[in-house]
Amino acid sequence: MEAAGEVLRSGSSQELHVLAVDDSYVDRKVIEKLLKISSCKVTAVESGARALQFLGLDGEKGALGFNGLKVNLIMTDYSMPGMTGYELLKKIKRSSAFREIPVVIMSSENILTRIDSCLEEGAEEFLVKPVKLSDVRRLMKDCIMRGETEVKEGRRVDKRKLEDDNRTSSLSSSSSTPSSSPSPPSSPPFGFDVATSELISSPPHSSKRAKLRDSD
Amino acid sequence: MLGLAADRLRADTNRLLAFLFHQGILDEQFLQLQQLEDESSPNFVSEVVNIYFHESEKLLRNLRSLLMDRELSDYNKMGIHLNQFMGSSSSIGAKRIRNVCVAFRAASEQNNRAGCLRALELLEHEYCFLKNKLHELFQIQQQRVLAAGVRYPMQN
Repeated sequence: MEAAGEVLRSGSSQELHVLAVDDSYVDRKVIEKLLKISSCKVTAVESGARALQFLGLDGEKGALGFNGLKVNLIMTDYSMPGMTGYELLKKIKRSSAFREIPVVIMSSENILTRIDSCLEEGAEEFLVKPVKLSDVRRLMKDCIMRGETEVKEGRRVDKRKLEDDNRTSSLSSSSSTPSSSPSPPSSPPFGFDVATSELISSPPHSSKRAKLRDSD
Repeated sequence: MLGLAADRLRADTNRLLAFLFHQGILDEQFLQLQQLEDESSPNFVSEVVNIYFHESEKLLRNLRSLLMDRELSDYNKMGIHLNQFMGSSSSIGAKRIRNVCVAFRAASEQNNRAGCLRALELLEHEYCFLKNKLHELFQIQQQRVLAAGVRYPMQN
């Protein structure tokens, strides 16, 4: 079990490495603290462009960030000047090197169409800000469970190949491929047999996550 | 006697926080931030809040100059600033400020200059009030640290 978890984690350390993207300095500080308290390594950047730079998606570098640490999770704000979190999400999910990295979108606005389109593009979760410690802890658990399950079932390596095979014959109305699209965290594991119909209907956790705020 | 000073300061802190929560000026997100403070970052809350003050003052200045431009009030840009202000305010638990931002944004979406001006004044007022209260809070906490520190020499 422990070996399975380590495969997902960066390098030889036990910690998850999270790339946090937010144009607000206040929010970066807070998310950084939340992640550090949850025993994660954090790299916080201020824009989608910087995030892509860090990942090496706009350059020649491979899957490693500049400091050589593999990124296990990306958390990005939705509303950012220049490249929005949604655009960043799309770029990541459309790259062969990084599409497997779970991406979580954060937004201070609880807009259902926004949530749906993010989830459709393959976002792991949509968190309504302000993000709390309990949100981060749950994410960590889901990430770890996901990694362990994939390794245990020997699917991690095969996933990418199957994705490419499925891409052309995909029946899903959403733009993401069936096998890599995350099903709601509440129904582990993430497997190949996610039915197309599950993808089309709104995942139950989007309404759970999108807490209604009375001030809006 | 030192024990009493520490108790009094703690009571002051609690009273001030209770007031701020009761008035809806702060919400539970502020408590969340306090819970994130630990030995490795004992000043986390004041650090984040000071960043917030710095950013907020910039945003308020920008909003004012945008509104003062009678010829071409860029409501779009106002909206962008307001979104930022809303976001950071909710991140530190500044509930009332966030709510004023929401109203301000609604006025800007309707190109309602008078409404925007009113909202801006209210925003500046709320911001000043919050800043003063939080400075007060941090001062009390500083005193608590000092009060705790004074004890040690006497223990020998």
